[in-house]
Amino acid sequence: MATLTLDNVRKSFGATDVIHGVDIDVTDGEFIVIVGPSGCGKSTLLRMVAGLEGITSGEIRINDQRVNEAEPMERNIAMVFQNYALYPHMSVFDNMAYGLKIAKTPKDEIAARVASAAKLLQLEPYLQRKPRELSGGQRQRVAMGRAIVRKPAVFLFDEPLSNLDAKLRVQMRLEIKQLQRELGVTSLYVTHDQVEAMTLADRMIVMNAGVADQIGKPLEVYENPQTEFVAGFIGSPATNFMPAGSIGVSVGKTVGIRPEHIKLTDSPTRLQARVAYCEALGAETLVHLRLPNGQLITVRQGGHLPLPSEGTDLWLGWDDAAMMVFGEDGKRI
Amino acid sequence: MEKRVIFKGWMLPALLLLPQIVITAIFFFYPAGQAIWQSMFVPDPFGLKTQFVGLGNFEYLLGDPYYRASFVTTAIFSSLVTVVSMGVALYLAILADRLIKGSGTYRTLLIWPYAVAPAVAGVLWMFMFNTRVGVVAWYLGLLGYDWNHVLNEAEAMGLVVVASSWGRISYNFLFFLAGLQAIPRSVIEAAAIDGAKFWTRFRTIVWPLLSPTTFFLLVVNVVYAFFETFGVIHTITAGGPQQATTILVYKVYSDGFVGQDLGSSAAQSVILLVLVGLLTVIQFKFIERRVHY
Repeated sequence: MATLTLDNVRKSFGATDVIHGVDIDVTDGEFIVIVGPSGCGKSTLLRMVAGLEGITSGEIRINDQRVNEAEPMERNIAMVFQNYALYPHMSVFDNMAYGLKIAKTPKDEIAARVASAAKLLQLEPYLQRKPRELSGGQRQRVAMGRAIVRKPAVFLFDEPLSNLDAKLRVQMRLEIKQLQRELGVTSLYVTHDQVEAMTLADRMIVMNAGVADQIGKPLEVYENPQTEFVAGFIGSPATNFMPAGSIGVSVGKTVGIRPEHIKLTDSPTRLQARVAYCEALGAETLVHLRLPNGQLITVRQGGHLPLPSEGTDLWLGWDDAAMMVFGEDGKRI
Repeated sequence: MEKRVIFKGWMLPALLLLPQIVITAIFFFYPAGQAIWQSMFVPDPFGLKTQFVGLGNFEYLLGDPYYRASFVTTAIFSSLVTVVSMGVALYLAILADRLIKGSGTYRTLLIWPYAVAPAVAGVLWMFMFNTRVGVVAWYLGLLGYDWNHVLNEAEAMGLVVVASSWGRISYNFLFFLAGLQAIPRSVIEAAAIDGAKFWTRFRTIVWPLLSPTTFFLLVVNVVYAFFETFGVIHTITAGGPQQATTILVYKVYSDGFVGQDLGSSAAQSVILLVLVGLLTVIQFKFIERRVHY
């Protein structure tokens, strides 16, 4: 049970700044997901918390104790790696017991803790197997088990699901969520997948080029993005951006409108566009239209509505409240 | 998953195998057969005629104290060469693996000695330790140590071991470094988070994962110490003093070409052949079983 605080944390490799001052306050038992595109510094940030990367300036505190100088082993954390990082020459049991053996835990307690973790993760039949004899999902569970048995203060997850196939990913996502609820351990989870971020997080942090653009509950972030980057990154299909002047908005530079907030009509509303192509997904349909200036606009509508035929001219309409206006600096106005 | 290719006739597979079979026949079976044949004869002192003695040469060798001493010498020599060259190489590889800046230069410099031929390396070391003009021998003299590998058996052994190991360190270093770098970074990091300090990590993670490389090098280095160190021994000590550095291979040469006893020399070759075969079988049977994970 622990809190985790990052206070103006910065990182540079030589002259290159990778993390430009990140502040995060994680309360006890909270599940925080850091999401961002490749190269935004999210993995580096996680590795700094783990103690695998040095901290250039700022402070990281676990339970209000400064850990900047502490070795990884002294920080009371456990980490699940993207490639699982299991010890290939050890059985599943030994993989999970490794940390406990090093900590000189009594043998019977090791056996008990591994047994309960194995039960929780349905790994009991595989305890004597080597990692290479397991499937991807099972390996993933062993990696989780290794983290659980040590009863750490903080769990760190570094894109743990990205090596799994789509179906397994959805299943493991649920399992991770349940497990974290059950154990109530403070967790920091890094991913580039916004669906994982939206579904897992108590609060999410959207990172962009070494800066935490926005921190908040997933739905808050979705409904109320604070920067143009967040509006474009969170949500699929992505937000439509148009120059403010082109749709008669006098302030700001760009206006973003989410695809589900645009309505297609035959009668004149705000803008006219020609249907380029449609993607009928069953429950919903994505209609891609081309504006007279050549820009593509995506509209999401219910699957029950009739499919507009390609090449027809339709009108795009939306409420004023749906418009997200961003200034020159990309910040919300 | 096993992939099998099934040939329809026997001509193509035979043709594909032919080059290897020809090479093996000419360079292995033919000389080996000749050695076995020769091992059963004793030539007269002038080399004019030979006399069939059956297994007499072997009988004589096994009772010969010099030959038995050569076995012990070989065992000591090859164990020392293997341990020294692999130990130093592993140490250097661990250091190079941790290096971030200048690792390229460091690696290149470490690989150079491998390019030096054994005989040349032997001459190099011989000059450094030469009792009269050698730089190292002179410095040792200044320190009050009277270096004389021409007379001192232990010093002679030490010198040929060092000279034989020196070039070999580069070779082993390359393999160890590649082996170390093949261990995923994250596995080491996971162990660090699990609380393992450097030495524990090495003992419980790195060493076991490195064991296939270590085993390979063990086999290769023992074979090297047995056969390829001839040049070094020949240039530095010529088997002396008092046969203290006469390993089996050197004895094959000195008995056959210096002593002109081709029968005994051939018999020794046959024994060596059997010995290396046995050693390889033992290594694969008992050690290899433990190195796979």
